[in-house]
Amino acid sequence: MGKQTPLYAAHVGLNAKIVDFAGWDMPLHYGSQIEEHHQVRRDAGMFDVSHMLAVDLEGGAVHTLLSRLIANNVDKLQTPGRALYSCMLNPQGGVIDDLIVYFFRPDFYRLVVNAGTADKDLAWITAQAEQTGNVTVKPRRDLAMIAVQGPTARSKVWQSLPGSETASSMLKPFNAAWFGDTLIARTGYTGEDGFELMVPVGKATITWVALQAAGVKPAGLGSRDTLRLEAGMNLYGQDMDDAVSPLEAGLAWTVDLVAPRDFIGKAALLAKPSQRQMLGLVLAERGVMRSHQKIVTPLGEGEITSGGFSPTMNQSIGFARLPNGVSVGDTIDVDIRGKSHKAKVVKPPFVRNGKILIA
Amino acid sequence: MNVPANLKYTQSHEWTRLDADGLVTVGITDHAQEALGDMVFLELPQIGRKLQAGEECAVVESVKAASDVYAPISGEVVATNQEAVDTPEIINKDAYAAWLFKVKPDNAAEFSALMGADAYTAVADSD
Repeated sequence: MGKQTPLYAAHVGLNAKIVDFAGWDMPLHYGSQIEEHHQVRRDAGMFDVSHMLAVDLEGGAVHTLLSRLIANNVDKLQTPGRALYSCMLNPQGGVIDDLIVYFFRPDFYRLVVNAGTADKDLAWITAQAEQTGNVTVKPRRDLAMIAVQGPTARSKVWQSLPGSETASSMLKPFNAAWFGDTLIARTGYTGEDGFELMVPVGKATITWVALQAAGVKPAGLGSRDTLRLEAGMNLYGQDMDDAVSPLEAGLAWTVDLVAPRDFIGKAALLAKPSQRQMLGLVLAERGVMRSHQKIVTPLGEGEITSGGFSPTMNQSIGFARLPNGVSVGDTIDVDIRGKSHKAKVVKPPFVRNGKILIA
Repeated sequence: MNVPANLKYTQSHEWTRLDADGLVTVGITDHAQEALGDMVFLELPQIGRKLQAGEECAVVESVKAASDVYAPISGEVVATNQEAVDTPEIINKDAYAAWLFKVKPDNAAEFSALMGADAYTAVADSD
């Protein structure tokens, strides 16, 4: 048996198919992964993401620490509640993890990191914090996280949590606000509007049940994966890891090499030009691309990092690490189970806010 | 688990049915579709292909993974289910209605030797 989130009993009660994910017993789906996918694109679904870890950083030197710790520029966070997506790099320029950092006060920030990397991240952050000094690192396993996503997600959250509308109706994307002891963040991993809620563990079930009563349907990790793939969002461990530079994982936009700030991994990124690039693929033929399948181009070989079936587009899509010089619009060959299939190179995202963006 | 008593089964989770016209209809079991999840793509054998019992002859692909389908018996493929190719989700709705292909058996004894519902239930339970 793996670790269980505070909502585990709720998932079992909903007849979820439970699978192991990074040591956690998590719901894969509650019946149909594809229906859950459409539910999020068309209405509202909710994901238990309590396996992810919130880490609070407090103290006078948090800003100094974050200036070194993350590859994006923490100075972009100027107003309370503002959130930033970033990678945390090792000295070789590889990605230790991708995370969201929330700014509340100059002496209080919160990171949210992946479940599978939580222990590694915590050790790394703690070591860097000790070096910086005057920072307390607090893992928050006393919080549960529920991502409510879809075009009607925000209004259904307001319906479920009386009073929350006043606290959060003005929030722009990538901003968060406190509603009592709950953090309401207008963030997500689906390409749809919505909120991510961080609540004390004791309120997890009552919040989940209230959301369900407002018509938010539970959705599992299966649809979370196809939604993020359509939305052009990377999955740590699949699209990048400790040995992959963010510049070779489609994440150059999250790396600030311009500011004079010296972050961990910066020197390595500057010293080593990218050999590869990450782009999207749409399979031109029937079949399904899967991660690790080989790609052949006139400029050399590549590999699918994430592949699958897009329920919105009703065809297979994926991300691939490709040789430099392969361009959007090119057609390349994917080896699917020993047979060569044609795929078109595109620029993700594939789908945003319910609309297909790839012609 | 839904394992109809009037069908015969394989270790590799195919169901088969001997029809009145002497053809054997083949599909994947309810247990198999349940394990695979939402179906999104099928690759079925060409009509006219001669199958050897036990050989890979089709692929069913779900949101989760691709899975081979094996020929339960030897014989010639005489029909394939285009509706299942066009709308693979019908396998999830009713795996025993959504057949994949029909075989004209080389040897009727091969069909008789396949597993009955009780034996298959034990196989599926041990998965």
